[in-house]
Amino acid sequence: MALDKPYQDVPGTTIFDAEQSRLGYHLNQFCMSLMKAENRARFKADERAYLDEWPMTEVQKQAVLARDLNWCIRLGGNIYFLAKIGATDGKSFQQMAGSMTGMTEEEYRDMMVSGGRSIEGNRHIGEDGNAQAHHQPQGKAGRKEAH
Amino acid sequence: MARITASVYTSHVPAIGAALDLGKTGEPYWQKVFAGYEFSRQWLKDNTPDVIFLVYNDHANAFSLELIPTFAIGCAAEFAIADEGWGPRPVPVVKGHPELAAHIAQSVIQDDFDLTIVNHIPVDHGLTVPLSLMCGQPAAWPCPVIPFAVNVVQYPVPSGRRCYNLGRAIRKAVASYDQPLKVQIWGTGGMSHQLQGPRAGLINREWDNAFLDQLIADPATLAQKPHIDYVREAGSEGIELVMWLIARGAMSEEFEKRAPRVAHRFYHVPASNTAVGHLILENT
Repeated sequence: MALDKPYQDVPGTTIFDAEQSRLGYHLNQFCMSLMKAENRARFKADERAYLDEWPMTEVQKQAVLARDLNWCIRLGGNIYFLAKIGATDGKSFQQMAGSMTGMTEEEYRDMMVSGGRSIEGNRHIGEDGNAQAHHQPQGKAGRKEAH
Repeated sequence: MARITASVYTSHVPAIGAALDLGKTGEPYWQKVFAGYEFSRQWLKDNTPDVIFLVYNDHANAFSLELIPTFAIGCAAEFAIADEGWGPRPVPVVKGHPELAAHIAQSVIQDDFDLTIVNHIPVDHGLTVPLSLMCGQPAAWPCPVIPFAVNVVQYPVPSGRRCYNLGRAIRKAVASYDQPLKVQIWGTGGMSHQLQGPRAGLINREWDNAFLDQLIADPATLAQKPHIDYVREAGSEGIELVMWLIARGAMSEEFEKRAPRVAHRFYHVPASNTAVGHLILENT
């Protein structure tokens, strides 16, 4: 019998469960390695070569090179691990979180200062809140990049 | 006999630590956060315990995916400050209380909670930000601290019910310690926040405040709340709030069915991505 995963119908959200953790094991362990200053320096000097030292999938490496955190998360990444890439790049947690919404840094900060994202319409997939798939990307940053 | 004198609850947002360390506490944005802790710093000076039992979670700093303990108790004499990638926070080293920690481990494991005993663990912002909020920037922390790390990173995390019952087992363990120690138990993390995906930035003020009300007055019912409610209503990282139930469960039995004295309550949005909640409950 399949496990019950009621969290799969929460929009714009990936729960880091045992299945995601298995998918992302090497991706997340690569991120952990960036806690050491010498590894950060080697990664920055040649990102591709450093990634090739890890048994990650090619797609996972592409997602890291693109700094596309939503993509990394789909491939098993967890935000607390991915934050080590952000730290290496000199990014704050707020910049990292905001980057996943398609908003500019300013748009995201303004949303937080105004009380944060509303829960209304964002509880279940299929409602009409701003985290729903049909409302992505949410801001100017995403629209600029959309092709 | 040792006894639990109070429980303290607070968010542990890393940006709060950065704001303190970088001298930004006077900025209007951060002033609104720190103002909520002015009472608390004085309260802690007036009510300094002998030991703080600090429930928190590690954020992929001490524990990678190599090892994921659900409950880990720090039994060392000293705990170094973790380098989370930005360099270690410039805060005092954390002194432990190995004797009480070992006593609690022995008692709680025999009460069927399978703790992982940790004798070497660097502590991250989950532990140091609450200390900073409650103590400011002292040269040394005011008392020894027993770190108690809960897995809330890889799902499934322990249920609210299990956390609450663990708190009760910790209460019993402390009460059987043969020294007259005053112990505070702190529950940290939360409140509503989500750090990932297109739903990042979620805040649920109404849900958070209902959680605070129920934590104070009816924790046994709150402990029945399923994981999915936390995830859906308070965001994927809002699940950290189960840790508050460990601290609440450790309060006296007489306060299982009624509210203890609320010395302080504070709620503010935002600190970075997160709703900040804070309570002080006295066990008298």
